[in-house]
Amino acid sequence: MTATSKDRQRRWSPTARREFMAGLLFASPYIIGVLVFLAYPMISSLYFSFTRYDIPKTPIFIGLDNYVKLFTDDRFFPKALWNSLYLTIFGIPIQLAFSLFCALLLNMKIKGQAVWRTIYVLPNLMPAVVMAILWNWMFNPRLGLINNVLKIFGIKGPLWFASPEWSKPSMIIMLTWGVGFMIILYLAALQGVPNELYESAEIDGAGNVRKFWSITLPLISPVTLFQLITGIIWSLGFFTQAYLIGGGGTNNPGAPQGSLLFYGLYLYVQAFEYLKMGYASAIAWVLFLISASVTVLILWSSRRWTYYDVV
Amino acid sequence: MDIVQSQAAPKTRERSPAVVVRRALGTGARYALVIGVALLFLFPWIWLASTSLKAPQQILQIPPRLIPNPVMWINYYYGVTYINFFKYLGNTLIITSAVIIGRLISCSLVAYSLACVQWKGRNILFAIVLATMMLPAQVTMIPIFIIFSRLGWINTFLPLTVPAFFGDAFFIFLLRQFFLTIPKELTDAARLDGANHWNIFSRVVMPLSRPALATVIAFSFIWTFTDFQGPLIYLKDRDLWTLSLGMRGYLQRYGAGGGTAMGAMMAAATLYTLPMIIIFFVAQKTFIQGVVTSGLKG
Repeated sequence: MTATSKDRQRRWSPTARREFMAGLLFASPYIIGVLVFLAYPMISSLYFSFTRYDIPKTPIFIGLDNYVKLFTDDRFFPKALWNSLYLTIFGIPIQLAFSLFCALLLNMKIKGQAVWRTIYVLPNLMPAVVMAILWNWMFNPRLGLINNVLKIFGIKGPLWFASPEWSKPSMIIMLTWGVGFMIILYLAALQGVPNELYESAEIDGAGNVRKFWSITLPLISPVTLFQLITGIIWSLGFFTQAYLIGGGGTNNPGAPQGSLLFYGLYLYVQAFEYLKMGYASAIAWVLFLISASVTVLILWSSRRWTYYDVV
Repeated sequence: MDIVQSQAAPKTRERSPAVVVRRALGTGARYALVIGVALLFLFPWIWLASTSLKAPQQILQIPPRLIPNPVMWINYYYGVTYINFFKYLGNTLIITSAVIIGRLISCSLVAYSLACVQWKGRNILFAIVLATMMLPAQVTMIPIFIIFSRLGWINTFLPLTVPAFFGDAFFIFLLRQFFLTIPKELTDAARLDGANHWNIFSRVVMPLSRPALATVIAFSFIWTFTDFQGPLIYLKDRDLWTLSLGMRGYLQRYGAGGGTAMGAMMAAATLYTLPMIIIFFVAQKTFIQGVVTSGLKG
């Protein structure tokens, strides 16, 4: 069926035409969706990014002014860019390493694996709003749980979310607590590594560390690639907890001292607080260009460090 | 630890006492690690529940106590009355159910066209699906907002629900992967019996895909029920708020410290989280399968 219909596609036999119509019909919701919610918005936001568009006024074409202003005359934009890069460059590797560590723990021969797995994953399901409220409370410098526990060990805890130096590390700690599904994915990948490989490595006298570096890491590298890309894209658009803890609004967003003014938050503030849709579209397009080039770069470099079909 | 030790010992191949002891220590360390990390994961939950049951003066106590005394169950009453909790819950459930229905219909149809119909253009469409999964939502957020505001849909649930009826890249991908695992003999046999695509879709593929559809339901529920940015942009009217906006209402009114409302806020937060935990326990296998399908075969 497959072969014949493919051969006939060029001549558009009745079968091919019928299949085409059926395919088109079944796919039509998404085709409309792509046109209305993807293609049109992409193009129009590119156009808006070259305009001054303070809704409800109509857009006025101003060429590259928005982009020039972003990189030369906006003291918040470099800050937002830096904050998000910080969150990504430090946060994502920490989250990947921690979730791999947790997956390795869960993959050991232990009793009650399902129970432990549930406990490890559950934080991923906590609503972002609740997560922000709860961790803000636990990180409370005076009354919070964490500084009071540190006090027991004679450590004077920092101000966490209230200090410009510690607010981003606090955010990373909070997000690392919620890695959840990353652990599940790594665990599934670990369970997919064939046991024979470990056994033959053992015969060759490889220790645990050697087995981890030479067998485990290469064989789970496709999953690392997937998590790296999705993690980076998510991290660059990070919004909810930053908005709730750092604050939105036009007055001092991303407090303290703009240290929680992440890219997604700055985009929101420009678009929905200042209602500067043209300027915000430029911010959005820069985000798109950054994440697209990072994705391409990682995919391109991944040929050197991911392994498919080794077995 | 004794139980562990006695169970681990017989499995060791060499029986010399030194090896037995070393293995036992290894097992002990293993469990210590697993339990230690589990405590790190658990403690914030315990703290949430504990704070939700504390009286205001105990919340301000230094050092903080783990066990609330007295146990303030009344915080849960305050929690649902300080904000219009059940109204927000109702709104959230309306939006969530509409999104689930929309995605079940649209994503399964589209996934069927990608997995089971041989048509020109499906490779292009699949490439678009994959590319869209990598696209940050922020890029299209502004024009979509402008479209919806021109339609007069601000302060309605429509901007949050209607797009679900036009498919979603992640779930289309997930369902396509599942549909591809359905044995071809089944659909071919149906076709030989004269079934058209609609019949094959509704009578063969859909009934066999309950686990995958459950994944769509479970993930859609979690993500829509907890969504914050969408409702924040589109729902200004207090009567239309979802629970995530309602919870922000606590922060707006009482500040991050929560003040006297801290117990109530934590009680409401606990109630808000509860459905997620229940869903996870009911559909644990579904979730794990879904995560694995999206990541491993991607």
